[in-house]
Amino acid sequence: MTPRILAPLAALAFAAAPALAQENDLTLAIQLEPPHLDPTSAAAGAIDSVLYANVFEGLTRFAADGSVEPALATEWEISEDGLTYTFTLRSGVTFHDGTDFTAEDVKFTLDRARAEDSTNAQKVLFEAIEEVNAVDPQTVEVRLSRPEGAFLSNLAWGDAVIVAEESIADIKQTPIGTGPFRFEQWVQGDRIELARFEEYWGEAPALEAATFRFIADPTAAFAAVMAGDVDAFAGFPAPENLPQFESDPRFTVITGSTEGETILAMNNAREPFDDPVVREAVAHAIDRQAIIDGAMYGIGTPIGTHFAPHNPDYVDLTELSAHDPEKARKLLQEAGLEEGLTVSLKLPPPSYARRGGEIVAAQLREVGITAEIQTLEWAQWLEEVFGNHDFDLTIVSHTEPMDINIYARDDYYFGYDSPAFDEIMTELDATAEPVARSELLKAAQEKIAEDYVNGYLFQLALPTVADARLEGLWENQPTQANPLAGVHWTE
Amino acid sequence: MLTYALRRLVSLALSLAVASLVIFLVVEVAPGDPAAYMLGTGAQPDTIEALRSELGLDQPRLERYLSWAGGMLTGDFGTSYTYRAPVAQMVADRLWVSLPLALYALALSTLLAFPAGLYAAARRGRAGDVAVMGATQLGIAIPNFWFAMLLVLLFAINLGWFGAGGFPGWEQPLAAIKALTLPAVALALPQAAILARVLRSALIDILGEDFIRTARAKGLTRFEALWRHGLRNALIPVLTIVGLQFSFLLAGAIIIEQVFFLPGLGRLIFQAISQRDLIVVESVVMLLVFAVILVTFLTDLAYAWVDPRLRRRA
Repeated sequence: MTPRILAPLAALAFAAAPALAQENDLTLAIQLEPPHLDPTSAAAGAIDSVLYANVFEGLTRFAADGSVEPALATEWEISEDGLTYTFTLRSGVTFHDGTDFTAEDVKFTLDRARAEDSTNAQKVLFEAIEEVNAVDPQTVEVRLSRPEGAFLSNLAWGDAVIVAEESIADIKQTPIGTGPFRFEQWVQGDRIELARFEEYWGEAPALEAATFRFIADPTAAFAAVMAGDVDAFAGFPAPENLPQFESDPRFTVITGSTEGETILAMNNAREPFDDPVVREAVAHAIDRQAIIDGAMYGIGTPIGTHFAPHNPDYVDLTELSAHDPEKARKLLQEAGLEEGLTVSLKLPPPSYARRGGEIVAAQLREVGITAEIQTLEWAQWLEEVFGNHDFDLTIVSHTEPMDINIYARDDYYFGYDSPAFDEIMTELDATAEPVARSELLKAAQEKIAEDYVNGYLFQLALPTVADARLEGLWENQPTQANPLAGVHWTE
Repeated sequence: MLTYALRRLVSLALSLAVASLVIFLVVEVAPGDPAAYMLGTGAQPDTIEALRSELGLDQPRLERYLSWAGGMLTGDFGTSYTYRAPVAQMVADRLWVSLPLALYALALSTLLAFPAGLYAAARRGRAGDVAVMGATQLGIAIPNFWFAMLLVLLFAINLGWFGAGGFPGWEQPLAAIKALTLPAVALALPQAAILARVLRSALIDILGEDFIRTARAKGLTRFEALWRHGLRNALIPVLTIVGLQFSFLLAGAIIIEQVFFLPGLGRLIFQAISQRDLIVVESVVMLLVFAVILVTFLTDLAYAWVDPRLRRRA
């Protein structure tokens, strides 16, 4: 039977030999396909992975090291009271459809994002805005109702990229921005193709064309990279295969950090985790390194609070919740739970949660806590855990940058309510001075760590496997993105 | 023949109406809100509400069912919640991958199964038969996704003859056929094994019939008798299996599409379910039901064509 299949197959293989990798295009694979292509009306994730800094740009943007730098605004002035921002816009910028970028586009974008019927997933970023005025084509004045220390960084988010009124109707299928690449086509379920935008205001990218492919299955991901179907895979989903790529000279493996704080969230609003002593017991029951080794094959940085370790303001508080089962048992006794207790542990689909959950449950069993694992799909998790707060424990990675302020939100899913913490956040918003901001951020990290709000596990790492001749890919992910303007092939 | 076809047609329409109601109810009952899924963990409740009303999810269920079912009658499947594209167009795009793949696999499996089944029946009980039956046993036992991975390992990674997956589109017909080859082989092999076994046992039954003895008596070899007189009579059970297999190949390729990251119907429905893109789930399931029912209908007609006695009975 075998030769009969092989002969025609071989003929077919030679009839259409795969095109050799050329030096001016790139095929980059990621796991998730965007639902549509409007970053300003859906949770960023996959949309930003393809479009951020490639097709769309904001007034400011995140640089590779996470700092905020000018993009479509070249400079800005902030009034004494911190309430008025005057942006000078870059001149000579055109959208991919040939229309000019002006102050009217900025006004349209910001007004649309903060409108009552806005479907912007991060509407909270624009909440402080009171009024947006296009002073002249090159100048925009934004008035805030309250000081917002993080305003410039808010504008760098993928949810705040500048869109034009002329192209808004079709943006979900045909995104038109000002970035170095223009959108070519989207073969749904397979790939999105981008091409170099020749009228780009900045330095022209080395790549002429870029293709994003969507490969969800870890085994398929491995095969696609090995077979050379893709030049790079950002967020490679099979960490168990990384050593194999590391030892292969054809590939490089980049293990970057992300903004994803992976936490064992506890429901602070209901028994038994409304008692800080019980939460402290859980925190000490957890062995972070064992979770990182077991669930993530060793990649990931332990964290002791809800803050990214690569951020200059990060405080290492892991010692506060060091692995100490003996202490955990004592604390449970102190809380009157020496008999042990049974709680639910609801796990969303990502492997960090599913694999990590098994290990967490085993560690909790050591100290007398029985965690009953329930696996949920994302849609179920969003409804049950995030929406209805119906859970005791869950594992989830919070991937938004600088999101410690979620601890100040009313009625957030983990149910933390601390006037002292809220005060720190209010003060932070009112502070623009860097040293003072840094102090406040540190105080905030300490506050939630001392209150043992959640179990802080690790900072999610993002492994990228790439052709060894490829240079310029982002190493870390200060925001979820794969900017390709600086990517090029070497010999 | 005509009344037979008409009666079949009425039962087809009834099945579809019942199916649409069941599908709608089952999908609607599942927990999870498409708007919440779209907006993720950063969104505030009022934003989710705004999106729900933009998507029409705040309408009563009955109204949504009627507009969906009514729309389908006129070929309008509605607009996807997540992709915001017409469902009909999305499904059509995916069908251009799934349908050729299913046909390709079906052709391969038939091409493999007929010679194997005929050969085994003609050599019944001898070494050749044992070998073919052993091979088909193996073919049934091997899960197709695992076989698919082996194919990728050998032909894509080691030999480099094929890509590991993906689909270039029909603008490049040769490359497209090439991209579908490994998935089609992976899908076809277990089907071929089943088909070969069915064909063999059907033929063996017929070998005992009087008309075959007559044919042998007039000097035909066993193989010639099977080929000229046996095969046509063995076709009824084989057609039943082929009909079932086609439905399976169209709807059941989800895992294979995942392994080869093909943008087919299976992958669309998989994505739609996890994103709670209800209208896409409903429409694709409905379409699959329609396809299965249609194939059964065509198979019934094919019976009547192969076996004139069925026509007269109807």
